[in-house]
Amino acid sequence: MRIPCPYCGERDAHEFVYRGDAAPQRPDGAEANEAAFADYVYPRANVAGAMHEHWYHAQGCRTWIVVERDTRSHAIAGATLAREAKR
Amino acid sequence: MSRLAAGGSIDRRQPLAFTFDGKSYQGFAGDTLASALIANDVRLVGRSFKYHRPRGILTAGAEEPNALVTLRSGARAEPNSKATTVELYDGLEAASQNRWPSLGFDMMAVNGLLSPIFVAGFYYKTFMWPRRFWERLYEPLIRRAAGLGALSGLPDPDSYDRDHAFCDLLVIGAGPAGLMAALTAGRAGARVLIVEEDFALGGRLLAERHEIDGQPAADWVAAVAAELASLPTVRVLKRTTLFGGYDSCTFGAVEKVADHLVTPAAGQPRQRLWKIAAKRTILATGAVERPISFGGNDRPGVMQASAVEAYVNRFATAPGKRIAIFALTASGLRLARALKAAGIEVPAIVTPDGTGDGSTIAGMVTATHGKTLRSIEVSGRRIEADILAMAGGWNPAIGIASHLGARPVWDDAIHAFVLKTPPAGMALAGAAAGHFSLGEAIDDGLREAQAALADLGMPATVGARPATSDDPAGVGTLWSVPGSKGKAFVDFQHDVTVDDIALAEREGFRSVEHLKRYTTLGMATDQGKAGQVNGQALLAAATATAMGEKGTVIARPPDRPVAIGAFAGAHTAAHFRPVRLTAGHAWAAENGASFVDTGQWKRAQWFTRPGESDWLESVTREARAVRTGVGICDVSTLGKIEVAGPDAATLLDRLYTNMMSTLPVGKARYGLMLREDGFVFDDGTAARLADDRYVISTTTANAARVMQHVDYCRHVLWPELDAQAVSVTEQWAQVAVAGPNARVLMQRLLPDMDLSNEAFPFMASAQCRWRDGPARLFRLSFSGELAYEIAVPADRGAALMRALTEAGRSFGVTPYGTEALGVLRIEKGHPAGNELNGQTTAHDLGMGRMLSARKDFIGRALAGRAALTDPMRPTLVGLKPVRPGERVRGGAHLLPLGAAARAEHDQGYVTSACFSPVVDGWIALGLLANGPSRIGERVRAVSPVRGTDVEVEVCSPIFFDPEGVRLRG
Ligand SMILES: [Zn+2]
Repeated sequence: MRIPCPYCGERDAHEFVYRGDAAPQRPDGAEANEAAFADYVYPRANVAGAMHEHWYHAQGCRTWIVVERDTRSHAIAGATLAREAKR
Repeated sequence: MSRLAAGGSIDRRQPLAFTFDGKSYQGFAGDTLASALIANDVRLVGRSFKYHRPRGILTAGAEEPNALVTLRSGARAEPNSKATTVELYDGLEAASQNRWPSLGFDMMAVNGLLSPIFVAGFYYKTFMWPRRFWERLYEPLIRRAAGLGALSGLPDPDSYDRDHAFCDLLVIGAGPAGLMAALTAGRAGARVLIVEEDFALGGRLLAERHEIDGQPAADWVAAVAAELASLPTVRVLKRTTLFGGYDSCTFGAVEKVADHLVTPAAGQPRQRLWKIAAKRTILATGAVERPISFGGNDRPGVMQASAVEAYVNRFATAPGKRIAIFALTASGLRLARALKAAGIEVPAIVTPDGTGDGSTIAGMVTATHGKTLRSIEVSGRRIEADILAMAGGWNPAIGIASHLGARPVWDDAIHAFVLKTPPAGMALAGAAAGHFSLGEAIDDGLREAQAALADLGMPATVGARPATSDDPAGVGTLWSVPGSKGKAFVDFQHDVTVDDIALAEREGFRSVEHLKRYTTLGMATDQGKAGQVNGQALLAAATATAMGEKGTVIARPPDRPVAIGAFAGAHTAAHFRPVRLTAGHAWAAENGASFVDTGQWKRAQWFTRPGESDWLESVTREARAVRTGVGICDVSTLGKIEVAGPDAATLLDRLYTNMMSTLPVGKARYGLMLREDGFVFDDGTAARLADDRYVISTTTANAARVMQHVDYCRHVLWPELDAQAVSVTEQWAQVAVAGPNARVLMQRLLPDMDLSNEAFPFMASAQCRWRDGPARLFRLSFSGELAYEIAVPADRGAALMRALTEAGRSFGVTPYGTEALGVLRIEKGHPAGNELNGQTTAHDLGMGRMLSARKDFIGRALAGRAALTDPMRPTLVGLKPVRPGERVRGGAHLLPLGAAARAEHDQGYVTSACFSPVVDGWIALGLLANGPSRIGERVRAVSPVRGTDVEVEVCSPIFFDPEGVRLRG
């Protein structure tokens, strides 16, 4: 598999570390409760289709990126910097 | 000898000597082992897997199920080599397999007489019970009886290489379609890679007689090969097997660099693994001919028609003197013409409906006779023939496309599985696309190359489409022959018969995947390339479903067996993974260090002095030296990360459980990191170098993981924070200097610094100078002694170790390793890797106080869960044996006194244990349920692995200087 790193261009997937679903958002702030965090940390959708995922270009630019991948075909539609995806 | 007097692509001026089963033979350059055996009249080449039936060469390609040999001998022996794909070389040595004691007389052939019990599913039915017989009787028996070739068991003396290729267009297969495609794209200036398994280009054109542009096809192939070689953007890889298609149009291939030599030349790899990234791919892998399932179709002498054609035309051999043909396809008649042209008698051409020329017999072959073939039976009539060529139709070779998720569908027009929708980026051409005539192959190659060029935005130069001779490609079907006598084989290598398929169906195995596993159809080394479709057709007939309705089995990589050595490449032995050495490595080695692997790092474990015979003696001396004098320890492997920027303090507050923003410049603080689920992730220190700059340390094991985590927090969680982070682990060499004499030693090293307790107290940090270069000084203590850590740029690390040794010589400075470091920290109750094991919480480690209530941090919410702060959780305690001198072992389970050593009484376990010089006995740290409230209680530490059972007293984890007087001294 090859992943289009926004910094480095298309690179072999072996250079990257996979983390998982990019959808869950951390419930920031000291007031967020246990239930909100449990929801953030544990349940994950088992997506069949297009999915946004976090990958880390560990053996490259060391950037966290968001990759759009189809879990059925492994076709990769594109990738953006995680910090830009958040905005 | 059955070598024809003329013709073929062999070089008669280059004779090659070889041996088979110890007998000497001669072939020519351009032969395969199979063609050379045929030329030498060797008819019997192997025994079948289950029944040990005698078998001859069936095919001329990689689909060969019978002619498996062990190539070479000794450490270079390679079992299960297909004689049909082995390029002949001078000195080749081959041996037949799966026969005992000899190929001609095989004791195990008795299995054939017992065949009623060796039916489909016989493994499942026969060897089920009694269960205890399995390991001692059944498995060894099956392995002896059913094994194919055996590995030598010796280290592989050859080397393997790995390479990467990138191209606009990858063409898989150099037959007419592939050559036409590569030429079209190459002429347009595209970067083309064409891979061909064979040692010659041309594919079917090597075996069949056709004309292209009015010339013999071989001349066209030669001209195309010459032009491809002249094009600067085209690379031709011969002897290269493309074995797998992977995501994003990447492919794996093995180039047999030196397999056609006795031994590789010096420095030459035997094979090279290619990882290919292609923008577009054309699959031009051709098609595999199917056998026909009639009685006795496995008798040596029964061959694929396409193979007979190759042996006659390409290799100039006569596989027999009288070659009969049983054909369902138009190619059978082409073979008859080729045989007659070579002067070989064709006693009969049999087709089910009698189509063909006037001499064709309408009928079917129902039986064969002879040890090797002597005659065939057609409609009760015997016909003398020493070879029967069967033309059963074609299976497009689409395995590589299936790897990429494409699902084959049945095409009734050509009676074969084809791909209607190839995977993205891939096109099919020629026989692989189900287009069996030469004209279609040329058309496909041209059209698909032009389509790929257009797709890539490259202009195609329009070349003329070469004219091709007429090539009728009609295909019929005949899945089984009614009235067959004797076994009719579907899968030759695994001895699966027509009857086995019927039996599997009767017993309820009606899906193609179940059929495969129950009968083992297609599970041998040829992966069912020849027989799989026939088996499925028989299943479809038995279940009265349309062919293809049940789909087909899913092909997965590798498409061909690949030597494990090729995957490993050069990454073996010392090159298996990188080795990281600290700047002080040579210094440590000179001082007698024994090294231990911590991840990729080599760390000094202890330093043996003359006269010391035992590691414990060295470690005890080192630990004692730190408590009484001064020791130095290389701690460079600990992770170091610099965090800088206006929001560096805020970022660290969120990373650590405790407050880091309140840390003054010039100070350091111990810190704990959790995972978001509330468990402890890592620990270390943070030192504030400036308002907007910190350097933090991590454990050696987690250095990379913490860096990744810090980046995750910066990039994903809080990109609004203006903070940068970079690993400087390898940029700085760091040494711990510990012991009552540490200050004196450091003062000698840094004469200009005020190191008094007032000026540089416990947990102070400073950026300073050593020998006119930058240095960092920290007053940190892992040992509980007065201690410093000094860091210098890595290129000065070795000099620093030598300077410390020199400066401390007069008061006996002692290098100490990771073992003594462990002793010192266990004595002080500091958790390390054994306690920070991913299953412990801050509460478990007695550090619940470090969870700040004044801020949010990673892991805050979930660390507060009731179950994670339950006092009954195993919690850190000290343990010491009740009877002096007894030894507690790491990993021992903690049980109440008097309770049986069973899992239900388990209350925790020993995490770390050592011999403590200050206690003068064995001590340990452990995690014990409700531990802190059980101080003074006695429990058992039981290690079933080591067979020890020691009564221990629960105590504080801090065995030495609990008030911390020494480290503040
Ligand atoms: Zn990158």
